[in-house]
Amino acid sequence: VLSLTLQPRCKIIRFILIQNRAGKTRLAKWYMQFDDDEKQKLIEEVHAVVTVRDAKHTNFVEFRNFKIIYRRYAGLYFCICVDVTDNNLAYLEAIHNFVEVLNEYFHNVCELDLVFNFYKVYTVVDEMFLAGEIRETSQTKVLKQLLMLQSLE
Amino acid sequence: MPAPIRLRELIRTIRTARTQAEEREMIQKECAAIRSSFREEDNTYRCRNVAKLLYMHMLGYPAHFGQLECLKLIASQKFTDKRIGYLGAMLLLDERQDVHLLMTNCIKNDLNHSTQYVQGLALCTLGCMGSSEMCRDLAGEVEKLLKTSNSYLRKKAALCAVHVIRKVPELMEMFLPATKNLLSEKNHGVLHTSVVLLTEMCERSPDMLSHFRKLVPQLVRILKNLIMSGYSPEHDVSGISDPFLQVRILRLLRILGKGDDDSSEAMNDILAQVATNTETSKNVGNAILYETVLTIMDIKSESGLRVLAINILGRFLLNNDKNIRYVALTSLLKTVQTDHNAVQRHRSTIVDCLKDLDVSIKRRAMELSFALVNGNNIRGMMKELLYFLDSCDPDFKADCASGIFLAAEKYAPSKRWHIDTIMRVLTTAGSYVRDDSVPNLIQLITNSVEMHAYTVQRLYKALLDDISQQPLVQVASWCIGEYGDLLVSGQCEEEEPIQVSEDEVLDVLEGLLVSNLSTPVTRGYSLTAIMKLSTRFSSLNRIKKVVSIYGSSIDVELQQRAVEYNALFKKYDHMRPALLERMPIMEKTATNGPSETVQTNGETDSTILDTKHLPSISQPASQANDLLDLLGGNDVVPIIQTTVPTKPASAGGELLDLLGDLSLTGGPTPTPASSVPMSQPPFLLDGLTSQPLFNDIAAVIPPMTAYNKNGLIIEFTFERSNPNPNIAVITIHATNSTEADMTEFVFQAAVPKTFQLQLLSPSSNVVPAFNQGSVTQVIRVLNPQKQQLRMRIKLTYTHKGSPVQDLAEVNNFPPQSWQ
Repeated sequence: VLSLTLQPRCKIIRFILIQNRAGKTRLAKWYMQFDDDEKQKLIEEVHAVVTVRDAKHTNFVEFRNFKIIYRRYAGLYFCICVDVTDNNLAYLEAIHNFVEVLNEYFHNVCELDLVFNFYKVYTVVDEMFLAGEIRETSQTKVLKQLLMLQSLE
Repeated sequence: MPAPIRLRELIRTIRTARTQAEEREMIQKECAAIRSSFREEDNTYRCRNVAKLLYMHMLGYPAHFGQLECLKLIASQKFTDKRIGYLGAMLLLDERQDVHLLMTNCIKNDLNHSTQYVQGLALCTLGCMGSSEMCRDLAGEVEKLLKTSNSYLRKKAALCAVHVIRKVPELMEMFLPATKNLLSEKNHGVLHTSVVLLTEMCERSPDMLSHFRKLVPQLVRILKNLIMSGYSPEHDVSGISDPFLQVRILRLLRILGKGDDDSSEAMNDILAQVATNTETSKNVGNAILYETVLTIMDIKSESGLRVLAINILGRFLLNNDKNIRYVALTSLLKTVQTDHNAVQRHRSTIVDCLKDLDVSIKRRAMELSFALVNGNNIRGMMKELLYFLDSCDPDFKADCASGIFLAAEKYAPSKRWHIDTIMRVLTTAGSYVRDDSVPNLIQLITNSVEMHAYTVQRLYKALLDDISQQPLVQVASWCIGEYGDLLVSGQCEEEEPIQVSEDEVLDVLEGLLVSNLSTPVTRGYSLTAIMKLSTRFSSLNRIKKVVSIYGSSIDVELQQRAVEYNALFKKYDHMRPALLERMPIMEKTATNGPSETVQTNGETDSTILDTKHLPSISQPASQANDLLDLLGGNDVVPIIQTTVPTKPASAGGELLDLLGDLSLTGGPTPTPASSVPMSQPPFLLDGLTSQPLFNDIAAVIPPMTAYNKNGLIIEFTFERSNPNPNIAVITIHATNSTEADMTEFVFQAAVPKTFQLQLLSPSSNVVPAFNQGSVTQVIRVLNPQKQQLRMRIKLTYTHKGSPVQDLAEVNNFPPQSWQ
């Protein structure tokens, strides 16, 4: 069982979470090994830490040994957990990129879209991130791939 | 059996549940239906059932009975089946289940599938949760795909390779040939993932690092093209072409250029270009600039470039976006030591950030401000910092107060200013001030001879206002005790002397004794102060009365003091003036941090300080005895406890013997042995905390690991005590790499007879799991005969509910620690 500290400074995305204000998870993508109860605990902690913050706080929170970059879109919190030495601003951009793709793919996405099509949301994540790194950043390319995949269904 | 309900139906139904219990019921019902459907081995609906199971899993319900079904889906030929199957595998399976190994063959086949999307699925799954065994088996396939011409697959393969390397670092060599042409790609996606792969390889292996250094010119060229080229719609974000790629390349350049002159030089120009040409109006541009700054600071860049970088950070500080301000402050904090002057230029902006609303920004601004204080700006900075101290959150106050004291001590332009500043801190944040500041301040005041009258007057006035802040009250009562005569005679030069009578002063001091707000320690201070005034004031009778009243106080401390003072009045009145005379100037040795006093080695000296009645910070005496019993007690000396000393002011050696003869009613008798207690005061008053905030004592002695067992590691770090090379100061750091906290952690130590040892209080008694923090404790060892240092340590703690105890010998002290 891997502990929460990987090698000393491993620059990898630990997990990506989408949660709503009430704490319901709409997406949880883990790039490191965690027990189920560890995962649950992490989800609760992230929720607690992120929902108390408002507009006058920065979008970065120090969390255990690493940090969370998050942004709130309507009622959803998009959180990426990275290493403390990572570039905050770049990941903020990555979140926004991701959200824009979701928006385009689901045509003005709302929370219900993410609920009823949860497996498609995972596909979007997998097109843009892999192995804890950003994989594809071109929105047009991602959307093209997603449509291709959709045609196979 | 009717067809299982569709996913949508299920979701809709669950969402209508109004309570948690209702939801649970629905889920259980559906799970039962799914289970029976699985038992029927129904191929048609398996996909639908697993999808539903995954949804329920996302809500937090257990879904492990679906694991095998996921495998069956993966093995199916239909794309929709595979897709849900792989998703299920990624969500439900992990390394610890043996089941996941069954996937290996399926993934292998799918990696060679004719459809790229199936290959993509396989790569994705392997890259996200592949275990070491799977990676070993499939690395060859991944490597093959890295060389294919299909860019969609190459991207995925590259990141999959990153995962493989992370899991099985030995396989890195295997991917080397494939990396040859990675950077000549035109496709941005492939380029991006290739850079990531190269970065991972360079970070892991110094050999790879030197091998890839030759790529620097190529990387520089790519970066240049990105900046100079026109609009490229595919990867454009707010007018900047592929910022993510730029950031990754900058990061790789950072790794390649670190410590290498040639590479650093090759990238100087491009870094300057990026730094000056990037648009700063949006977050995107700033992200790139930030990465550039990090790179510039890490490589061997020329000074002009470094100044440019710091100026960028300075500009960030003025940005409206608090994210950017935060990021700038963090970076400035890292560079303030090395590029001090450049950072100084932005001091006023940094100080403004103290008023920011975000807590983390405030904290960084505070730390940075303290780092920037120097002799020139002390007055201005202190004004801002004091204002900050007034208004900040309680969590900050202790750190801020300590920082202010330190800064004031280093750079005070005048004694009066210094005392005023201290007064200000005591009155505004008095209750947050650390305990060790009280003796430090007292020493400072004693040494500022010409300011005595002014100080005592100001402190007296502060007492009249407020007696709730204990550190303030303690310092004030001590001063009044010492300099009460100056107060009453109105000798103050610095400001308008106040008119106060002896009775009024005694009223105030007695008020402290009876007030509910005063702690026992404070009461001790005020009683001693009253006693001292007996030689300075003329109202002897009143003082005598007060002292005799407390002779029967319930508080043992007070009682003992009162009884001894009484005895002083009755039997030893001829000695009273000598005993209670004015304190001499104390030697101040170190200029940074709290000062040390001279070790007297068992002899009394006129420089012995008044025994400050510090709060008891010792380990209980019984534990020490246990340790002795355990060790047979023959060659070890008792640990000097940092208990509150039990005697009044001592100014002459003969006195001790005398006091040993006193027949005291109640209260513990002072120990006749002169060596042990005498060396207590210097130790006690030396306020070395175990966690210095801004301590920059250079560690010349290498640290050592003293104990490493069962996940508990105890490291010793050393500091040489400046005025007295016979004293070694050891800080222990206890860390815990197991998965459960170690609570009630107690560290004890014993040394051979020729040494003396003092243990200060630990930072906490819980060692958190997973190395998430450490417990520190300071040990001071006196080694006058310069013998080889040896130590026996005993550890007790509670781990996972059961108590653990262990003894160990520490013999591997580095020679410098005792020579």
